[in-house]
Amino acid sequence: MNIDSIQDGVVLDHIKAGKSMDIYKYLHLDQLDCSVAIIKNVRSGRMGKKDIIKIDSPMEVDLDVLGYVDPDITVNVIRNGARVEKKHLELPLKLVNIIHCKNPRCITAVEPQLDAIFLLSDPEKHTYRCAYCDAEKKRKI
Amino acid sequence: MSNRNLIDITDLTLAEIDGLIDTAEDMIANPAKYQSACAHKQLATLFFEPSTRTRLSFESAMLALGGGVLGFSEAASSSTAKGETVVDTVRTVSCYADIIAMRHPKEGAPFAAAQRSEVPIINAGDGGHNHPTQTLTDLLTIHREKGRLDDFTIGFCGDLKFGRTVHSLVNALSRRTGINFVFISPEELKLPQYLKESVLEKNHLAYQETDSLEDAIPRLDILYMTRVQKERFFNEADYVRLKDTYVLDPEKLIPAKEDLCILHPLPRVNEITVAVDNDPRACYFRQVKNGKYIRMALIMLLLGLRAE
Repeated sequence: MNIDSIQDGVVLDHIKAGKSMDIYKYLHLDQLDCSVAIIKNVRSGRMGKKDIIKIDSPMEVDLDVLGYVDPDITVNVIRNGARVEKKHLELPLKLVNIIHCKNPRCITAVEPQLDAIFLLSDPEKHTYRCAYCDAEKKRKI
Repeated sequence: MSNRNLIDITDLTLAEIDGLIDTAEDMIANPAKYQSACAHKQLATLFFEPSTRTRLSFESAMLALGGGVLGFSEAASSSTAKGETVVDTVRTVSCYADIIAMRHPKEGAPFAAAQRSEVPIINAGDGGHNHPTQTLTDLLTIHREKGRLDDFTIGFCGDLKFGRTVHSLVNALSRRTGINFVFISPEELKLPQYLKESVLEKNHLAYQETDSLEDAIPRLDILYMTRVQKERFFNEADYVRLKDTYVLDPEKLIPAKEDLCILHPLPRVNEITVAVDNDPRACYFRQVKNGKYIRMALIMLLLGLRAE
């Protein structure tokens, strides 16, 4: 199966197999006019299988979103057909309007115009807590 | 310059808490020295949930400092009843007041307010989450009764799940040395897991959990009783089943230490019988009085004021 290489854009590599649609959704890639290729279950020496997303347009990727969904993803920036930058991700310390609190007692449950803010509380367990009510949210791994 | 707020007890350093206790002790000894410390300053008390002690102690504190007070005591008498958001209410009130004490039934409401307020925000209780000024009151009381804030065994009894005063005090005491924690509750009202993990276990602090007040009481230096709060339950049947789990009476106090200090954030329902009130170990009404002085000290700290 062949997917054309891109001239100017972004390649998201080393996505855990099966996670590409989550990232498509979190990054709102459905709103782009350019070509977006989702390649699933690509053979990988390191990962066994992986997903790749190719975006055929220069864009600023929200690294916090990607870092939250999967900090092992690599972000390759492509210019004139060549990779000019490779970014490695980390779990973000703070998430704003990426995930939302499910605690019915939280103020954000009744005042949805407030920013949904989560802070990283335990990097080892990938745990975030709502900045308002301390409710826990474990990152899906 | 950003405002100084008190949303969570950890917003204050240990040195600041010790300083507040020292100031409160001085206020008790020399009240006249502070009688004009907040002249021409206004405190707004925004109570979206009922309160007797906390609201009145804030108002009494500000009046004793020579300042003025304004505010409301229930959401129904504010524009919240018309659908106004917490942030809009606070931005409005901060045009009239120099500092705001706020109680709200929803967890995190004071944090939301502090993001947009022009003046300092004090969390006067947010749902079942935190109550840092009650914690300061508790610390001042322990200091006055025991003469120290280190090296004792404290038992928390009752609703440890929704008991915001418990959460804040556990957090505050986790920063002291030599504290043994005993948590006495039914299974359904145990201390939240996040507090055990992020406060106790993270700091390698020893604690025991039990459902028996009788078993725990002989080894306690401090007993912190709490009310099972009807307003925190979505299901009234659960409240009815749990509300009378623990009732402290003179008989249960027989094996307790002679210098036990019994605290309660009040109001009580029936978890401490009236017969206990005359026991010299019952400190909860002295605790109420201390609440005024520690709030006086806090208001001055957050406004950046010093006594003449």
